[in-house]
Amino acid sequence: MNWEAIINNTAAGLLTPTTLAFALAALGLAMHFGFAGLLNFGIAGYMAIGAYGYAIAVLTFGLPWWAGMLVGMVGSVLFSLLLGIPTLRLRGDYLAIVTIAAAEILRLLFLTTAFEDITGSADGLFGYNSRPDGSGFANSNPFPPGDYGFGPWTYNAETIWVILFGLIVLAVCTFLLWALMRSPWGRVIKGIREDEDAIRALGKNVFNYKMQALIIGGLFGSLGGMVLAAYSNVSPGVYVTSLTFFVWTALLLGGAATIFGPVVGSIIFWVMQAFLTNILPELANAGILPVSSQQASTLRFVLVGIGLMLLVIYRPQGIFGDKRELTFVK
Amino acid sequence: MSSNPTPQKSTGLHVGQAAPGCKKVDPILTVDNVKKTFGGLTAVDVEHLEIPRGAITALIGPNGAGKTTLFNLLTGFDTPDTGTWDFQGTSLAGVPSFKVAQMGQVRTFQLTKALSLLTVLENMKLGAKGQKGESLLNALMPSIWKKQDDAIGEKAMELLKRFKLDAKKDDFAASLSGGQRKLLEMARALMTDPVLVMLDEPMAGVNPALTQSLLEHVLGLKEQGMTVLFVEHDMHMVRHIADWVVVMAEGRVVAEGSPDTVMKEQAVIDAYLGAHQDTDLGVVTGRIKIVSEGDAK
Ligand SMILES: Nc1ncnc2c1ncn2[C@@H]1O[C@H](COP(=O)(O)OP(=O)(O)O)[C@@H](O)[C@H]1O
Ligand SMILES: [Mg+2]
Repeated sequence: MNWEAIINNTAAGLLTPTTLAFALAALGLAMHFGFAGLLNFGIAGYMAIGAYGYAIAVLTFGLPWWAGMLVGMVGSVLFSLLLGIPTLRLRGDYLAIVTIAAAEILRLLFLTTAFEDITGSADGLFGYNSRPDGSGFANSNPFPPGDYGFGPWTYNAETIWVILFGLIVLAVCTFLLWALMRSPWGRVIKGIREDEDAIRALGKNVFNYKMQALIIGGLFGSLGGMVLAAYSNVSPGVYVTSLTFFVWTALLLGGAATIFGPVVGSIIFWVMQAFLTNILPELANAGILPVSSQQASTLRFVLVGIGLMLLVIYRPQGIFGDKRELTFVK
Repeated sequence: MSSNPTPQKSTGLHVGQAAPGCKKVDPILTVDNVKKTFGGLTAVDVEHLEIPRGAITALIGPNGAGKTTLFNLLTGFDTPDTGTWDFQGTSLAGVPSFKVAQMGQVRTFQLTKALSLLTVLENMKLGAKGQKGESLLNALMPSIWKKQDDAIGEKAMELLKRFKLDAKKDDFAASLSGGQRKLLEMARALMTDPVLVMLDEPMAGVNPALTQSLLEHVLGLKEQGMTVLFVEHDMHMVRHIADWVVVMAEGRVVAEGSPDTVMKEQAVIDAYLGAHQDTDLGVVTGRIKIVSEGDAK
């Protein structure tokens, strides 16, 4: 077996645009679920809105990249209002059902041929990062062509630009979440997670707070989608329900009610993914695993599922969480 | 605990004969024709009720009488089928629960709602009204709210001391005993500087040693000028601290009066006792003896 390649590829998973996008989405879920107790199973929908909003604004309306990203963010706020207004007054489980359905509806709307001119249907969208008039994200790349970094973390100029951008966005969002959660606002949010009637009885407008939390977490998710879109094409096959559950896995790995848990969880998730993607086919080829190398690479999703189960059963608070602060059994 | 002086009772609260729905000299809360049904069951059907200001009113009645439901209706946690009610002259029909609380009518719950995974101090701080840092934009700038938050913390600590919870300030509320959670919920409600405090079975599940201090806290609220409306089953306690008693049965107000007289009324005896009519009510409902023989009579 080629251990050097395996280790190299595994280490590379530590810092990629995908890892950063996941960290942003998981941060959004931490706001939603970990702190406000909102069960959002539609984080893939928020990511899709970010990615499509950005790409469509650039391709169809000719906006510069930063304005396109603002459009993606506005889109996610509208999505939050649409989901939140009818459901946030109801019991928590309604939000879960509505978000999972809404994310699917959204994906199918992006996939249908009815809006092919705008959404690209099954082909998705591409060519928005680099624009002939120089207004694209890639056109603003401050890095001259060449290789950057070292060892497994060597990137070309395009990728390092996305990574730098993603790191800045992630740093800003992480700081925002931290600053919010240590404030009296964050105290109300955590109180709502514990018992919203108790918070109402103290004179706080619970609906408004839940809506604010939904919007903020949704914005983080949409920014994750944009980082993903800034790196590769926008494809409807990416924003599926399993993406939502992968982000949940990353969140629960790190700890849902923590600030750095979502980031660390995403890193662990993608390092594990990279490791399994590389080692499983090798094991199959070497005859250690009694499956074909193709079967072996799908085996990693089975392992993710088992990992998620073990996590929820044995360490529901995640790696960083305080056991007392978040468990599923109330 | 040994010295247990009879508290100063407020008298002259009502106008005319003490009867269900009788007028009060200075009502803080007035209820008219409030009715609530669950399917075929009429849980609450109150024609007229006035709660006197600045006094301690006990709301008593057998299980299922509709006391908790009435609390829910009056505080906006549930909506009645019909009826109007007003608090200090402002109609509360259709007003959401959080606004009712902001107006100064604050309640606690029969099933205690301690915010388990927040610390005791955080629980308390949540009660304070008008916090600048609770708005999203201000939250990002501690310079705006830090001072106010510290002041709130000091006020919280004073209350916690009074309730003997100050040593627990950094513990999660989940680690408190049932009785301590009742105390915490009451202390948290007091953080809102309420005008009218509505306590739903504040002594239930509180151990006898704590009951005494809880009673003193309730009496203290009156001294500070608050109005108290509380649900309680133990007639000894009611007799000890209440200035006025409202008796509910099957959703209706069946009797009203001062604690000494109301328990002798036939309607109350019927509602509570059914067959055991020659037993003293205090003996049937009392869990512990907290009043001296003298004032229990
Ligand atoms: N949400 C509800 N749904 C159906 N019935 C209810 C509900 N809440 C209360 N009830 C019924 O209304 C009646 C009054 O209940 P409650 O107000 O809790 O009584 P109390 O607090 O005086 O013991 C009871 O018969 C109870 O079963
Ligand atoms: Mg009750």
